[in-house]
Amino acid sequence: MLLDLLRAARGAGVAISVAESLDAFRAAEVVGYSDREVLRDTLSLSLGKTIEDKRTFEACFDLFFQREMVTSGETEGEAQQRGAGQPADTDGMSPLASMLLDNDQAGLAASMESAAAAIGASNIALFTQTNMFAWRILEQMGLPELDRDIAHLRGEGADEAAAQRLEAMRAAIGAQARAYMERQLTLFSAATTRDIREGALRNVRLSQLDRRDMDRMRTLVRDMAKQIATRYSRKRYEDRKGQLNIRRTMRKNMSFDGIPFNMIWKRQRIDRPSIMVLCDVSGSVAAVSRFLLMFLYSLADVLAGIRSFAYSNHLIEVSDILARREIDDAIEEVMKVVGFGSSDYGRCLVDFSEVAMRSVNRHTTVIILGDARGNRNEPRIDILKQIFERANRVIWLNPEPQSLWGTGDSDILRYEPFCHQVTSCGTLVQLERVISEMMAQSQ
Amino acid sequence: MDTDISDRIPTIESVRAGLAGTGYIPSRQIATALFLAMRLGKPILAEGPAGVGKTELAKATAEFLGLPLVRMQCYDGLDESKALYEWKYGKQLLYTQILKEKVSAVLSKDDTMDAALARLHEFDDIFFSERFLEPRPLLKALQEPRGAVLLIDEIDKADEEFEAFLLEILSDHQVTIPEIGTIQAIVKPIVILTSNNTRDLGDAMKRRCLHLHIGYPDAKLEEQIIDSRIPGIEDSLRRQLVSFVQQLRGLDLRKLPSVSETIDWARAILLLNASRLDTEVVQDTLNLLLKFEGDMKMGGKAAGELVHKARRDGGLED
Repeated sequence: MLLDLLRAARGAGVAISVAESLDAFRAAEVVGYSDREVLRDTLSLSLGKTIEDKRTFEACFDLFFQREMVTSGETEGEAQQRGAGQPADTDGMSPLASMLLDNDQAGLAASMESAAAAIGASNIALFTQTNMFAWRILEQMGLPELDRDIAHLRGEGADEAAAQRLEAMRAAIGAQARAYMERQLTLFSAATTRDIREGALRNVRLSQLDRRDMDRMRTLVRDMAKQIATRYSRKRYEDRKGQLNIRRTMRKNMSFDGIPFNMIWKRQRIDRPSIMVLCDVSGSVAAVSRFLLMFLYSLADVLAGIRSFAYSNHLIEVSDILARREIDDAIEEVMKVVGFGSSDYGRCLVDFSEVAMRSVNRHTTVIILGDARGNRNEPRIDILKQIFERANRVIWLNPEPQSLWGTGDSDILRYEPFCHQVTSCGTLVQLERVISEMMAQSQ
Repeated sequence: MDTDISDRIPTIESVRAGLAGTGYIPSRQIATALFLAMRLGKPILAEGPAGVGKTELAKATAEFLGLPLVRMQCYDGLDESKALYEWKYGKQLLYTQILKEKVSAVLSKDDTMDAALARLHEFDDIFFSERFLEPRPLLKALQEPRGAVLLIDEIDKADEEFEAFLLEILSDHQVTIPEIGTIQAIVKPIVILTSNNTRDLGDAMKRRCLHLHIGYPDAKLEEQIIDSRIPGIEDSLRRQLVSFVQQLRGLDLRKLPSVSETIDWARAILLLNASRLDTEVVQDTLNLLLKFEGDMKMGGKAAGELVHKARRDGGLED
């Protein structure tokens, strides 16, 4: 049974290895199974590895051990009314029928659970299987026998009232079996459904994203950003093995008569990229901008600095707005300020060089996000060249697929020589790859 | 000794009572975690906001079990020579000097090189031996004859390599010193690690630990804690204080006040001889609870209302 619980927990997204489940079993042995609260604490202590994990697991535990009463569907009143005169005559009836007539809730619940175990109800994976599994549970519980009893009552006993009563109970228990299976479904198949969904979301074009998927995307972005952040936040300094820091080594070994037991190496500070990001907030690129900004601001801890600029037909700095407000509200506000004008890349580059050119230096990574469609305005490639010469890296992210580059009013091929990297970036996976590469290169 | 501890602490309830005896009021989860840690010999990884009693748990455990507390504070750049052991270089130096004199005296009798070498090998080589080992906290914890409570504080501040290096101690209660060999714990220490979650710990580390999350206590538990820490405090005042702090945690603050802050604040209120909360006292002492200017402003603004509610919770009618 614990195994099923662990499987359900895994399904809910708690990562549990085999060794961990062994540990959990051992811990459960120590505290015993009598007190549910203690058991829950114990398992949660040995299995959960983050606060979210623990919360998920505890919810899972509660759902798993939630025992609903299985009843015959009759209310107390009805039963008394009927059964007041004579106790239900259960002789010669199937066990299921007699349990129903006696309203033996514990018996019914036990029977349903053993039936569920027998048919492997925890293997349910898809919503469409609910009915089939429910039917098989009922079958296992003795539905055919029940049907025979009903037919028997109708045929030989000619007791129509009793037959109808059993019919009603049959329907009630059927509904309960379905409810039971639905619960199993939420327990065991959450993983499958979620994996399929998230897998799809990672690869969907950001500009065609459905509104209702926004929440999920936000958590995805946060998770991805966290992964990148932990990967690159580990070290601030790196020993340069081989280059002795003579001053500190001498000081350290003075107590040993100057014999150098402890070496101290020269250390090098690991550079963190300081980022300037220019986001197009017009038209279809806006969706991608939103995720790029979300991504970068989730990474703010591991970056040396981040300045953001938004543009459509002109450019303004929006670092303040983004730093002050929740990212989603902030983006709304930025959109309002800059508006949805038609893009003019030349003018935006001029704006940028006025505002920020002076602070572009060899530590700066400049990211430009846009489709480079400047509506036939002068692209001002000379300014990009200037940025290119000053900055550590210039990365141009283009949400358009590569096949469309250079068609129509697209200037991307003219900008390309003055970027270190030009990438098509339409999906979350592509976005992650670019940012992860950028972090790797800056080390 | 292991069995001895198990005998003394047969149930989770006895852990709770034992900790309570030292003035540390644990929640059910904490007691369960400690019980499991003692039974299974696994370390506890305590996470949670600052000031909820992660470090205090280790101190209380040591006091309750009557074991010495070995504390190791982690920081960036901590390495094994500071955490585990260090050679006593100075003494080793002197030793080689003594050795030189002694050896030449002893060997002067031998004529041939072979005989001298043979004699040399008769001596034990003690240059790398436990005599010249300077134990640091981790080794000290393993060498305590009666066992110890080992507190590894703020493990998230140490770097990755150090974390990997801890694994051997955490799972097998032993350390390997290349020159000497493996040193086993005399009695398995009870290990408590704390983390403020400034970075994610490695999976290998988490897998070996019981993961305990200590959050802010609920009103009942907090009252018990205040009661045990500040015995003289009046019932009504205590209820008011706790109610106020609990409400404060509901606000959107940058740093929520922890239990330790509640305790400090309660002490201050007692010192000021206030028998009940009012807005003025709260405004004067709010800096004990809130640590940021923005928080203070927000808390100050809300104080009137919160005090009102706190007084009602404390059984006072306005």
